[in-house]
Amino acid sequence: MGIVGGALGEVLSISVRKTRSERECSPFLLDVKLEVPSGITIVFGPSGAGKSTLLDCIAGLIRPEAGRIALGSRALFDAEKKIDEPAPKRRVAYVFQSLALFPHMSVERNVAYGLANLATRERAERVASMLAAFRVERFATRKPDELSGGERQRVALARSLATLPRVLLLDEPLTALDAGLKKSIMDDLRAWNAAQNIPILYVTHSRIEVDTLGERVIALDQGKLAGSGTPHEVLEAPKRPSMAQAAGFENLLTGTVTELRAADGVMRVRLEQSACEIETPLGYAEVGSGVRVAIRAGDILLATEQPRGLSARNVMSGKIISLEQVGTMFVARVAKAAEGKVVFTVHITPGAKRALALEANGAVWLVIKTHSCHVLDA
Amino acid sequence: MDPLLLSLRLAACVSAILMLIGMPLAYWLAYWKWRGKFLLEAVVAMPLVLPPTVLGFYVLVALGPHGPIGKISNALFHRGLAFTFGGLVFASVLYSFPFTVQPLIAAFEGIDRRLLDASAVLGASRWRTFARVIVPLSLPGIVTAAVLSFAHTLGEFGVVLMVGGNLAGITRTVSIDIYDHVQSMEYAEANRMALVLLIISFVVLSVVYGVNRKVGRRMWASWAAR
Repeated sequence: MGIVGGALGEVLSISVRKTRSERECSPFLLDVKLEVPSGITIVFGPSGAGKSTLLDCIAGLIRPEAGRIALGSRALFDAEKKIDEPAPKRRVAYVFQSLALFPHMSVERNVAYGLANLATRERAERVASMLAAFRVERFATRKPDELSGGERQRVALARSLATLPRVLLLDEPLTALDAGLKKSIMDDLRAWNAAQNIPILYVTHSRIEVDTLGERVIALDQGKLAGSGTPHEVLEAPKRPSMAQAAGFENLLTGTVTELRAADGVMRVRLEQSACEIETPLGYAEVGSGVRVAIRAGDILLATEQPRGLSARNVMSGKIISLEQVGTMFVARVAKAAEGKVVFTVHITPGAKRALALEANGAVWLVIKTHSCHVLDA
Repeated sequence: MDPLLLSLRLAACVSAILMLIGMPLAYWLAYWKWRGKFLLEAVVAMPLVLPPTVLGFYVLVALGPHGPIGKISNALFHRGLAFTFGGLVFASVLYSFPFTVQPLIAAFEGIDRRLLDASAVLGASRWRTFARVIVPLSLPGIVTAAVLSFAHTLGEFGVVLMVGGNLAGITRTVSIDIYDHVQSMEYAEANRMALVLLIISFVVLSVVYGVNRKVGRRMWASWAAR
């Protein structure tokens, strides 16, 4: 295998169908069709959506039942033509969630592992340049268990990219790292890819990662494509309930449409079969049909007195049933007064909690803008 | 040949053969998915529960002039295998099989599958993955398997008696020698040989437990990475 520079701008086209992988056992179907251009594409979805299975199919670690995976014009897998290139021949690099660095080898040897067919001198040069590109030269002789999380991550990237792959798959590799470290590693990866220009699939279930890394996002849910586009397009209008939860909608309420006001572009939804009604944007729903309403905890306002003169259409009285500190923020659970069934999760800052003297069991008013209520299919 | 030397020679031959057969078989049993695999696993474990006399009896019949292996041996070498060193090796290989294969399977199965996946996507063949990742990371298990099969063969009695009989210098191993001495009321000689076996067993098991401790594992791993 002669190693040449990354083929510029090749598109990875994937169309696979796979019932649950052999390694796990719940019934499940992965059925997606997508095109991945060069550059970073985020694959986003709740856990169990089939993200890792998709990557395993692309890498050749598991075999889809049907479909075709091709890089440019070259098929890596084609069920009809019975093409199934074995994983070692695909030149698809894969950084696993666990990183899977070889624990018995030094950093240097880990990075050199995929370069067995290079001449000794060339191999040493490649290893040195990869270690430099990901700033881990200092650790060349150390073992993986003597490195920090961020350093291990850099080594895993250097090892994967040393082989000059044509596709890079990243399975939630940075989830455990803090934001600064994550950004610096991603900057190094972007710099490397500016020259190589290969498709990079970055799998995550974290909404924050989508916002910070994303250019293009593909959303997967229950093995199916649930949307694609910019992070804003995909995350702001989730169509499926499990996507809504993954996208950070802490409030996911079931309800029934009671009234459509087409002229105002809104409708009213009665929540959880209670007397509590809220106004939401008009959706494709009929009166009497069941819907789900997703609301971010950060999009709900609390007031200690009944607010007046607001543009927000949903103003309800309620009672704080619990209030706990999570990190630097407070999470309040607020029940709609007289309707204990409907409970909203609300995020507030410590400053707001102090200023309003919020306490558990305190009476409050809930304020929710119509457009903060996202209507999903039930 | 001295019974002790004979026993050592037998144990060395048997553990060498067992490692050669056991490694690929354990690899296969650890990583292949096959519905009927449990049957093979049961066969491999059978010598653990069978009385040595039962195993020895069937091996003796198989090795005999009318048995399948005896016929092959006769056709190839113009001699049978019963009551020979070769026959003893054959029987002992069967008898010590689980002691080699089971620690190997446990060691292979203990390796994180993602390490093997990582090796594959980095372009390594199955063989290279085996040599560079699986073997170094299973060294404690491999040492355990080798030492246990050696020790188990060294101490066996029933199968040897059934298949090899008691021919001085050919099939008279330490354990049979001890039995002989006791039968002839030569307790001093019996004690001398028994003590030697006792010490060897202790040393061997110390080695096994030693390499399996965390410190030992790290030592082996760094040795293997060189």
